[in-house]
Amino acid sequence: MATSEAFLFLEDGTLIHGKSCGARGTSVGELVFNTSMSGYQEILTDPSYYGQIITMTFPHIGNYGTSPLDDESDKVWAKGLVVKDMCEKPRLRATLSLPSYLANNNTVAISGIDTRKLTRKLRSQGSLKAVITTESTNSKNLFKILEKEPPMLGRNLSFDVSCKKHYRIENKQAQWRIVAIDFGIKKSILKYLKERGCEIHVVPAWSTAEEILSLHPQALFLSNGPGDPAAVTTAIETIRNLVGTMPIFGICLGHQLLCLALGATTYKLKFGHRGANHPVLNPAKNSVEITTHNHGFAVNHPGASKSEGSHEVSIQNLNDHTLEGIYDPKNFLLSIQYHPESSPGPLDSLYLFDKFVEMMRGFHK
Amino acid sequence: MPKRTDIHKILIIGSGPIVIGQACEFDYSGTQACKALKKEGFEIVLVNSNPATIMTDPQVADRTYIEPLNISFLEKIIEKEKPDALLPTLGGQTALNLARALAKSSFLQKHGVSLLGASLSAIEKAEDRELFKKAMQEIGLQVPHSFTVKSLAEAYRALNHLNFPLVIRPSYTLGGMGGSIVYNSQEFSEYLQWGFNQSPVHEVLVEESVLGWKEFELEVMRDKADNVIIVCSIENFDPMGVHTGDSITIAPQQTLSDKEYQVLREAAKKIIRKIGVETGGSNIQFAVHPETGKMVVIEMNPRVSRSSALASKATGFPIAKIAALLAVGYTLPEIQNDITLKTPACFEPVLDYVVTKIPRFNFEKFPLTPQVLTTQMKSVGEVMAIGRTFKESLGKALQSLEVSVPSFCDLSKNQIKEQLNIPSHKRIWLIYEAFRKGVSVEEVAHLSKIDPWFLYHVEECVGLENVIAHHKICRDWKDIFAHSDSAPRERHSRSLPAVRTRRKNTSQSFSNFVSLLKQAKQWGFSDAHVAKLCHQSPQDIESLRICENIQPVYKVIDTCAGEFESYTPYLYSTYDDEDESKISSKEKVVIIGSGPNRIGQGIEFDYCCVHAVMALKGMGYETIMINCNPETVSTDYDTADKLYFEPLTFEHVLPILKLENPCGVIVQLGGQTPLKLAQEIERAGFKILGTTVATIMSCENREFFSSIVEELGLRQPQHETATSKEQACDAAEKLAFPLVVRPSFVLGGQSMEIIYDMDNMKRYLSVAFEGSSDNPLLLDRYIENATEVDVDVLCDGKDVYIAGVLEHVEEAGVHSGDSSCSLPGFSLSESKIKKLEEQATAIAKKLQICGLMNIQFALLSDSIYVLEVNPRASRTIPFIAKVTGLPLVKIATELMMGRPLSLRGVPWATRESIPFFAVKRSVFPFIKYPHEDCILGPQMKSTGEIMAIEKSFPMAFAKAAQAVDSPLPSEGAVFISVKNEDKSQAFEVAAELLKLGFSITATRGTCEYFKSKGLHSVASINKVLEGRPHIVDALKSRALHLVINTTKGEQALRDSFDIRRCSLELNIPYFTTISAGLCAVQAIQAMKQRDFEIFCLQDLHTLTY
Repeated sequence: MATSEAFLFLEDGTLIHGKSCGARGTSVGELVFNTSMSGYQEILTDPSYYGQIITMTFPHIGNYGTSPLDDESDKVWAKGLVVKDMCEKPRLRATLSLPSYLANNNTVAISGIDTRKLTRKLRSQGSLKAVITTESTNSKNLFKILEKEPPMLGRNLSFDVSCKKHYRIENKQAQWRIVAIDFGIKKSILKYLKERGCEIHVVPAWSTAEEILSLHPQALFLSNGPGDPAAVTTAIETIRNLVGTMPIFGICLGHQLLCLALGATTYKLKFGHRGANHPVLNPAKNSVEITTHNHGFAVNHPGASKSEGSHEVSIQNLNDHTLEGIYDPKNFLLSIQYHPESSPGPLDSLYLFDKFVEMMRGFHK
Repeated sequence: MPKRTDIHKILIIGSGPIVIGQACEFDYSGTQACKALKKEGFEIVLVNSNPATIMTDPQVADRTYIEPLNISFLEKIIEKEKPDALLPTLGGQTALNLARALAKSSFLQKHGVSLLGASLSAIEKAEDRELFKKAMQEIGLQVPHSFTVKSLAEAYRALNHLNFPLVIRPSYTLGGMGGSIVYNSQEFSEYLQWGFNQSPVHEVLVEESVLGWKEFELEVMRDKADNVIIVCSIENFDPMGVHTGDSITIAPQQTLSDKEYQVLREAAKKIIRKIGVETGGSNIQFAVHPETGKMVVIEMNPRVSRSSALASKATGFPIAKIAALLAVGYTLPEIQNDITLKTPACFEPVLDYVVTKIPRFNFEKFPLTPQVLTTQMKSVGEVMAIGRTFKESLGKALQSLEVSVPSFCDLSKNQIKEQLNIPSHKRIWLIYEAFRKGVSVEEVAHLSKIDPWFLYHVEECVGLENVIAHHKICRDWKDIFAHSDSAPRERHSRSLPAVRTRRKNTSQSFSNFVSLLKQAKQWGFSDAHVAKLCHQSPQDIESLRICENIQPVYKVIDTCAGEFESYTPYLYSTYDDEDESKISSKEKVVIIGSGPNRIGQGIEFDYCCVHAVMALKGMGYETIMINCNPETVSTDYDTADKLYFEPLTFEHVLPILKLENPCGVIVQLGGQTPLKLAQEIERAGFKILGTTVATIMSCENREFFSSIVEELGLRQPQHETATSKEQACDAAEKLAFPLVVRPSFVLGGQSMEIIYDMDNMKRYLSVAFEGSSDNPLLLDRYIENATEVDVDVLCDGKDVYIAGVLEHVEEAGVHSGDSSCSLPGFSLSESKIKKLEEQATAIAKKLQICGLMNIQFALLSDSIYVLEVNPRASRTIPFIAKVTGLPLVKIATELMMGRPLSLRGVPWATRESIPFFAVKRSVFPFIKYPHEDCILGPQMKSTGEIMAIEKSFPMAFAKAAQAVDSPLPSEGAVFISVKNEDKSQAFEVAAELLKLGFSITATRGTCEYFKSKGLHSVASINKVLEGRPHIVDALKSRALHLVINTTKGEQALRDSFDIRRCSLELNIPYFTTISAGLCAVQAIQAMKQRDFEIFCLQDLHTLTY
């Protein structure tokens, strides 16, 4: 194989030839598409993409290089990147070009692909398992690799990306002391919480209710993260034990886990929502927010929360009417399927962080 | 929130004639809005003075007024129609300014008309530079350091606080009119007054320039529930300093990180809310410092714009239509996305392709104008191209332009570097040459301030050129293409030699070349470009491509990057893997559009193409439109059943034809652009509908055409054809001067001149004529003082229908696109009209025209000369259709589809069926080209036209003057200076004006002549060269109110240049032909006796088809 060659192999047997534009090697994951036109670095470093190979629908990727400011975690979590055209030259203000950054992060990437064709395929067939390789074109081998990769359904990946032990984010202006369970938390979430006066105790995904309570938090934050929410049974148990004891705010996986704790069920979407242009109707304001999405699972609609006397308001996606969040002021619960911290994407929903603070204020008055 | 039920009748104001800065994008947006609102059950009253628009078709609105766009006419219309509301945001700056004035004077309030879309305060906050700046500061956004000034004194005070370079921006103008960049105080003084003059409120903003910063635009929409979305981001290739209408622009933005982009997005949301645009679209421009990332707000347009039309075409999101629906109360989530049919319009489109827009210029018509781009727009049209990558879309856009590629290969590396920092319309090609000469991306970026990201792509293309040009295969080409040197063959057999080649040629270098060819195609290289690099013919490259299966596929523009299924076949070609086109089994017709607007080929042709689509749809055909002009109605995905957004070159058209296999192709409606393709299309085995290719070609063949004229016993001016300079001089001597000379195959009179002597003949030959048998020079005896008449006919090959006989006001010799004309004629006798009709009929029959044909005649006393025959739709077709009420293009299309004229009689437009006069008058871009003479001649210079209807010709002529914003005075002083031949007619003019109470001032010669004839009260004034105070001083002190100035000969032209220029700049009505002067006097006389009336098109038309 030529040094610059790479192949993308799909579980339906499709083999696509392209050009390597990241690390060399072989990587396997669930192939998903993202329609954001900018923000590739944030996407790659978002731990929620762990276990997934991302194809960007926007043809030019890497245009403005990379910058430490755009990292959402300490490393690239995505299993690989598929693009139409990779920009190899960093711009002046960039630290590194995207191909070098990917290579440094040991992430395989392939360019020269008809990503629109791929996207249309995923749209009609649903997410597929895929391998990117710079090493082998033997489809038997590649099939073997794919077979070994477990399906996304039933997979708990958040433990892999979670911090391994509790740490504290200091805040000299802290007004609130909160615990954030790290299922794969993004840096920007921590930033927005800190900006709003939170001292944050970040705890591992497997923390128990007792461990959390022992930190005496005034509220609980449930982070985003990868994998099937239903598989994270310990966390669901933990959350169930904490509902009612303090305000709880969940984002993405955190939202799904909270809903599961409240008795709802989750299901896998055919190809998920990944992008920065989804309209979500906020019934409280009767206005639409353009939001950032990254989820392959969703919460079943009717009665996301079945708890007695809930005053839940549900938030809806206007494209496919999936559930995008619940708000239960009486029980001090707020959980959002999409990403109010965006990163990348529109900043229309930052107010939700304020709402969390408001909830804390209401609970602790 | 459903639609409003308190309003029923809505007034929409169009944008008037096509001018630089305001073109057919407003026909596109206005038509969309009218259609959408009509569908919602509103009664639509439309006012627009431009007859060449789709929006002024009688079916589009309920009540259509083709009337001057000024306050007094609008007031009349509002008083008569009593609309409930006025939607001012769809007709460009013109409509917005009118709405503002009507609101400001409380006229709207008094008549119970509410403003939709933008309130008075929103319009003022966005348009008034000072209010805008204040508003931005209040929401914490930065604007360039600036002062708004209303006087010279204020301006000089401001200068103490500002650093050069500065930008002067007049308030309330369009296309950056009156704007300048100044580098020192001398230039500052020079351009300041110009700026003041151009602002309708005599106000300018003096602003520290952000030259060289990156420029971005966001198209923002807001509904009354305060939902805000960004439809599209646009990045300018050219940095700040070039008007965005003159910049190459790319959508979506490419070089900002997400965090940087979100800063712009947040700012845009804040701005639209702060300015208070309640519903609809706005365009907001930002400048971003390339190194620090600092962002400043440049300006906002609280209305749909050229950019919003581009954004609509670039994304598939119909901004104008949605804006109209939002204006009547809907909210974004309530409106469905037309393309996905499932998701709401409340979202932000995502693209999985790159869109490049390149403006089209007509500098060649204005040779004295420096070809430098500034803050004042100069382009006359634009092309858009879509590709999967920037390289592909840039390559396709350059091919769409239909211009010859300027060559800079003679320039040295240093000469190129010197020119790189000058923004010009040719700079893109200069950049290619810079890379060819080895200038680095960093250097080009440093000099031009163009973002390196774009430049890298261009550099890579040049790199590929190099690899291809030096490829081994280019030297051994003959071995590969055994038959490549054979004579032209049938297109379908072309692939044969290459097929054989492939079998025998499996060498490494061959397959390497094939992959380079594939890359070149993916990077937007045309076959011709590759062919030139390897010294082969484009056909050879095409053959090789086809047998190696390197062919374009078609992808869909779907607003959502493939996330949802789409139902609108809006396609573009790309060299990628998957083809998404779905070919139906219906009978199909392909209509080829007219490409970018340019002087001579504008909106009229788009009108014709759109009408053909409508006719064909009505006849049950599937319609397929191919075009590359984003401003037009034809490229609305709602117009044809299928839209291919493609360059109009044979390379791009052919694969579509092969894919769709239509039963025919229509080429006679889009001007010269599709006609140029006709021969090749026919050769490729597709049927050209209507008039045959042979006839089309023969009309350009002088010999053939003369023989036909002779055969029919008609006359034409004596003429000769020359293929060399010597021949041309001989012919000139033989024919005797004056002569009209022009190269064959031109449109809009390009390089056409009237020549009076041999010296000028030689000058002309040295600059305008290459000498070749492919494109010979045509020399015609110029018939002086003849009346010109345009006759448009419909013909099915047997029967002929005379659509209209248009009498020109200006004499033959002034390009027909530039002269005013009247339907019916104002002085032609019945017998003469009959003769013209007979001659036109004979020609049409003889040529076996099927569809439309236009003939230009010159009338001198009793003689009729045939000047020109165009076997296609002419630019007068929409005008005639508006006057007669007959859908001429629809009928022509039926004829082309084989339905004879006799089958369904077309009612003849007669004096009885047209009980009024309609005058067409042209508008000119001279004001944008400060060094140009505004005299009319055989080269077309106008950009657009208006129509004025009145019961008498003089009143219609007077109204036309209002419509071109140069109203005739009813009192005051008139300046007259005419050439000798015109003196006796000038006397009539002067005598009549004196009777009407005007005073007359004339140059000495003219004055003495008048006095000798008994007009003693005429005052004499110095010519400019005769010392001061002279005529220009008088004009500048506004002591004169009408100018009639005819000249002949170069010296006289030069002497009178300042008179015309000064009149133009001070907006004093002026006429440069005595015939127009006579009409003006009649018009003034009529105007003094009665008031203008207003006419609703739907009431006027008595003919139906």
